[in-house]
Amino acid sequence: MAYTITEKILLKHTPGKKAIHPGEFIWAKIDLSLANDITAPLAIEEFRKSGVKKVFNTQKIVLVPDHFTPAKDLKSANQAKLLGEFAKEQGIRNYFELGQMGIEHALLPELGLIHPGDLVVGADSHTCTYGALGAFSTGMGSTDIAGSWIGGYCWFRVPETMKFVYKGKLKKWVGGKDLILYTIGDIGVDGALYKAMEFSGPVIEKLELDGRFAMCNMAIEAGGKSGIIEPDEMTFEYIKNVYRLPFTVYRRKLTAADYRLWANLKSDRDVRYAQIKEYDVSGLEPQVACPHLPSNVKPVSELKNIKVDQVVIGSCTNGRLSDLRLAAKVMKGKKVKSAVRAIIIPATQNVYRQAIKEGLIELFSKAGCVISTPTCGPCLGGHCGILADGETAIATTNRNFIGRMGSPKSFVYLSNPAVAAASAITGRITHPGELL
Amino acid sequence: MILKGRAHKFGDDINTDDIIAAKYLVTTDSIELGKKCMETIAPVFANQAAKGGIIAAGKNFGCGSSREHAPLAIKGLGISCVIAKSFARIFYRNAINIGLPILEIVQADEIRGGDELEIDLSAGVIKNITQGKTYVSFGFPEFMQRIVESGGLMQWIKKRTNV
Repeated sequence: MAYTITEKILLKHTPGKKAIHPGEFIWAKIDLSLANDITAPLAIEEFRKSGVKKVFNTQKIVLVPDHFTPAKDLKSANQAKLLGEFAKEQGIRNYFELGQMGIEHALLPELGLIHPGDLVVGADSHTCTYGALGAFSTGMGSTDIAGSWIGGYCWFRVPETMKFVYKGKLKKWVGGKDLILYTIGDIGVDGALYKAMEFSGPVIEKLELDGRFAMCNMAIEAGGKSGIIEPDEMTFEYIKNVYRLPFTVYRRKLTAADYRLWANLKSDRDVRYAQIKEYDVSGLEPQVACPHLPSNVKPVSELKNIKVDQVVIGSCTNGRLSDLRLAAKVMKGKKVKSAVRAIIIPATQNVYRQAIKEGLIELFSKAGCVISTPTCGPCLGGHCGILADGETAIATTNRNFIGRMGSPKSFVYLSNPAVAAASAITGRITHPGELL
Repeated sequence: MILKGRAHKFGDDINTDDIIAAKYLVTTDSIELGKKCMETIAPVFANQAAKGGIIAAGKNFGCGSSREHAPLAIKGLGISCVIAKSFARIFYRNAINIGLPILEIVQADEIRGGDELEIDLSAGVIKNITQGKTYVSFGFPEFMQRIVESGGLMQWIKKRTNV
């Protein structure tokens, strides 16, 4: 029987199963279960109510207080505190206090906690990010995550897979973020409802990991259950690099056998997909999602009269090192337009340190940007950059719903980091090619 | 179980930021959350929604974030059931897990705000008394019915896991 990569991973994690079919319900073993300072408090409450005393495994649970931290107010401080207390009480190894903390979906891959073929669940909708490494990962609610802490299992409905094939050669300033915005613009915010989105083709094979993370990250914005890319040499190189870095967290030991296994982790050639979409992206311009849906996508050149009050470069979509490098390339030697607020948020401590080392932080600071500690912050209208009534922002984040970044009367445009950086310089939505 | 109430109408792609804005996610108290339900897109809704009211919406209800606070806010407000053309998947799971009744029907767009509805939950049948129509929902897959019958997800898992 021919399977997609998603079906193969799910089958392997379902004990006693010989075959698997889309639509079927399975009870599958998980490799990692994640929650944050918004979702963990509810999960902890549910776990306690269940009467179960101990979590199933102290190494497979990850708690990251990243959304409203450093605590934005008393209530959020009290919520974040619960994570540390629960981690201590249960002996959970992978709890990350401020100073180690980063935006969860940038942090976990960077720490070597995600591997190809893993099955990862998280109480955060952008958990689908890890598909960039060839893992099956999906977001759930707090009770589902609390349930997973009891025995290390979750129920899943095996998703159908939609395959997306990207052909051609990307133009300058076009990357993973543009590909996924274009795709969501094409299929709509429920275009992949309940489905796995498999990204493939010659363009994806050449796309660096940070671009792949951005793509899988936004699968949820098309209603997808997961996004996934078959692991390849670039994936293995990423993981090898990560494992070279010294970290004190718990992570698996890897052997040559792991890499051999991953090299074969691909969809079967003769497998049947629910749908196949092919795009020639050779002529694609940088894409921008306009208010108030991620599917309201236009090429950047159609939006050059839109003035902006704020620019945010960060988030689990685009707060990684290559994103900051790209923004810095555009901003180098230039100044942020007066009356525009440009907020740079390195996604993790490691990204922050690297950015300092490479001189990016100084460059941003000289250009007139402010640089924040890692946090989800303004992406969800938490703190650190709330929009006032009538204001407009362009952000490298993932959602532009009404009121997402603050006032219900504000407007959020979504773009790649180069477009956001160029817009900070001119004060209106700008193609980076205009400046360089 | 029979539910009776008036419909509150919402459109397509109602996202979880609409249902409960992130700035209010500093509590897990459903009553508190309920007071801010739909504030961004319908500021008077939380005040006007009568206990036992029913939300009727279009496609992809509950899209966006995984926050379980969204169905909790709806439940906390006293809404007895959400009817939609389709649901976003995380919201769907969350609603089942916390015991908020949800029904999927193709004719969800026909329901108008203020329509009086009578819902037979176990049969999945909705009577629109105002319009004199009857709709039949897709119903839950058997797998999920067993979760509901167990008294929710946590009880179901405890039974399976023998803890």
